[in-house]
Amino acid sequence: MNVTVCIKRVPDTEARIRIDGTGIDPSGVKFIVSPYDEFAIEAGLRTKEAAGEGTVSLLSLGDASTQESLRAGLAMGADSALLLTGEVGIDGLATAKALANELDASDAALILFGVKAADDDQQQVGPMVAMLLDRPCVTGVASFEVQGERAVCHREVEGGVEVVEVDLPAVLTITKGAYEPRYASLKGIMAAKRKPLEEKEAASAPSRLRVARLTEPPTRGAGQIVGEGPDAVSELVRLLREEANAL
Amino acid sequence: MADVLAFAEQREGQIGGASREAVSAAARLAGELAGSARVLAIGGVGLSAAVGALGAAGAASIAVAEHESLTEYNPEGYAQVLAHQVRSLDLAAVILPATTLGKDLAPRIAAMLDVPLASDATGIEVEDGQLAVLKPIYSGKAFAHLSIDASPAIITIRPNVFPVEQLGAAGEMTTFTPDIDPSSWRVRVLERKGAADGALDVAEATTIVSGGRGMKDPENWGLLESLRSALGPGVALGASRAVVDAGWRPHGEQVGQTGKTVAPKLYFAVGISGAIQHLAGMRTSQTIVAVNKDADAPIFGVADYGIVGDLFEILPRLAEEVAALKSAD
Ligand SMILES: Cc1cc2nc3c(=O)[nH]c(=O)nc-3n(C[C@H](O)[C@H](O)[C@H](O)COP(=O)(O)OP(=O)(O)OC[C@H]3O[C@@H](n4cnc5c(N)ncnc54)[C@H](O)[C@@H]3O)c2cc1C
Ligand SMILES: Nc1ncnc2c1ncn2[C@@H]1O[C@H](COP(=O)(O)O)[C@@H](O)[C@H]1O
Repeated sequence: MNVTVCIKRVPDTEARIRIDGTGIDPSGVKFIVSPYDEFAIEAGLRTKEAAGEGTVSLLSLGDASTQESLRAGLAMGADSALLLTGEVGIDGLATAKALANELDASDAALILFGVKAADDDQQQVGPMVAMLLDRPCVTGVASFEVQGERAVCHREVEGGVEVVEVDLPAVLTITKGAYEPRYASLKGIMAAKRKPLEEKEAASAPSRLRVARLTEPPTRGAGQIVGEGPDAVSELVRLLREEANAL
Repeated sequence: MADVLAFAEQREGQIGGASREAVSAAARLAGELAGSARVLAIGGVGLSAAVGALGAAGAASIAVAEHESLTEYNPEGYAQVLAHQVRSLDLAAVILPATTLGKDLAPRIAAMLDVPLASDATGIEVEDGQLAVLKPIYSGKAFAHLSIDASPAIITIRPNVFPVEQLGAAGEMTTFTPDIDPSSWRVRVLERKGAADGALDVAEATTIVSGGRGMKDPENWGLLESLRSALGPGVALGASRAVVDAGWRPHGEQVGQTGKTVAPKLYFAVGISGAIQHLAGMRTSQTIVAVNKDADAPIFGVADYGIVGDLFEILPRLAEEVAALKSAD
C-alpha cells in the first residue's frame, strides 16, 4: 500500500516572529516540519507497517532549505522524498495546484496532509488537492484503519466523534489523535542520508490571495492582578460584572 | 451586483450561533457593497422551520435546501449543493462559519469554483472597493491583512468574534429539493457519537473554563465543573495540552496550537502556565481571567484579570460567588 504525505516547513511554534514587510525575518528562526504533518507522516508509516508492504513518499513545495525537513521525515522512516521548488504564499489553492500537478499520476492509495499548517493555519490545502484530483477526502482524522478498498476514519466534530468511511484512493487530513510521531533513531538518521530525495521546479499557479500587510497582534490592554488568594475573588467577580461586562 | 452569501449550518435541525454571526457579517458586508445578504441552509426535510429567524440577523433572502440524505453533513452532498447555489448567483463573497463543518466545506467549494479561500478571519473590511480580510497567522503572533484578487471571495469566520446584529426585516424564504445522487458519494458517515452529556463544544462556547496541570489530578475537575454550572448555559470546559497528553481530559477539549482556536467572551485559565502554544488558541478571547500560584506565569501577560494563589482555595469561592451573583439576577 503506497502512501504519500505532504509536509510543510514552518517556523518552530516557540519561535519569536519578527515582521519584515509582508513576511517575517527568518534570521535566527528555527524551522520544523509542521506538527500536524508529523502526525501525518506517523500515520503513513503505520499504514505501511500494517499492510506489510508499500512505500511512504514525502512531497513538499518550498525552497531549497526544505530539503532539511524532508530529510527529517526520511529519518522517521519514509522511503523517498520529492521537493518541488517554488514560491509558497498564503493562497492555499495555488499551493494545492502545484501539489496536485505532481500527484495527478500518483498511484498512492492514500495521500495524507496535516489538518492545518502551523504558520498560516489555512486548513485548506488537503481538501483542495482532493477536489483537484477528484478523489474523496475526509478532514480532521484522529485515527483510521484501512479495510480493503476503504478506510474507516474517526474524526472529531463539535460535541462528539464521527465515524466515516471513504473509498480508496483517498485524501485524509490528520489531526492530533492516534499518531504521536516517533523519534528518528540514529540509524534512521544515517539511513535517511542515502534515501532518494529528488528536487524539481514546481508548476507555478498564480497567487490570488496575498498578504497586503502584516501587523503586530493587537496588544491586549494591560491586565491587572486583582489580588492574592481567595480574598480576591469578590473583587474579581465585581470587575467581571461591572467593568468587563462578562458575567 | 455585490451580494454576499452566508452559509448557515444546521446541527440536528438547529442553526447555531456561529452561523448567525456569518449571516450578520454577510449583511454588514453586503451593506458596504450596496448589495444584499443571502443565506443558504442545507439540511433535512423540515429544516425551513428553524431557519426563518435568520431574517432578523439581516438576511434579505433565505434559500433552504431540504433533502432527507442531507439531514446530516455529507461533504460531497453539501459541497455540490453550495457550489451550485454560488454559481447561480452573482456574488462578491461567500461567508461560512469556521466550525468543523465550515472548515471542511469551504476549501472544497473554493477549489470547485477555482477561487481562493481566506480561513478563520477575525475581520472583513472593504478598502477602496476591495475586500480585505484580517487573519491571525503564526499562532496569533502576527496579523495578516489579506487582499483577494478573485470573486467571489470565500471566507470562513472565527466563531464568537463577529457580532450578531438585529439588522433588518425578515427576508423571503424559498425551500427547494436539490438534485443530488447520494449513491455516487465516496464518503459516507457511518455513525455519530455525541459527547456523553451533550456538552457544548469548546470552539463555540461563549464562556470557557479551562484547567491545566496545576489541577493536579483528573479527580479535581469537579471544581471546574462547579464553576461551569455556576456560570450558567453556554459554558464549556477546556484543557491545556499537558492534561490532554496525560489522559486526564479528551483532546476535543484541548485549546491551543494542536487543539482548538477559541475566542469566547470570557476565558478562565486555571492552573495553566500560558505556554505560547496555549496562548495561540485563546489570545483572541474577549476577557481572560487567570488563576495561578506563580505570579510570574506567562498567562498573566495576556490575562485581563488575575488572581495569584492556590486554585484549590480560589475555585470553590469563585464558584460560590458567581452562583450567588447569578441567583440574585
Ligand atoms: C508543537 C507543540 C504544540 C503544542 N500545542 C499545545 C496546545 O495546543 N495546547 C496547549 O495547551 N499546549 C500545547 N503545547 C504544550 C505547551 O508548550 C505546554 O507544555 C502546555 O501548554 C503546558 O500545560 P499547562 O499550562 O497545563 O502545564 P504547566 O506548564 O505545567 O503549568 C501548570 C501551571 O499550574 C500552576 N499551578 C500549579 N499548582 C497550582 C495551584 N495549586 N494553584 C494554582 N496554580 C497552580 C503552575 O504555577 C503552572 O503555571 C504544545 C507544544 C508543542 C511543542
Ligand atoms: N508548501 C507545502 N508543501 C507541501 N504540503 C503543504 C504545503 N502547504 C501546506 N501543505 C499541506 O497542507 C496542510 C494544510 O495546510 P494549510 O492549508 O496551509 O493549513 C499541511 O498540513 C500540509 O500537509
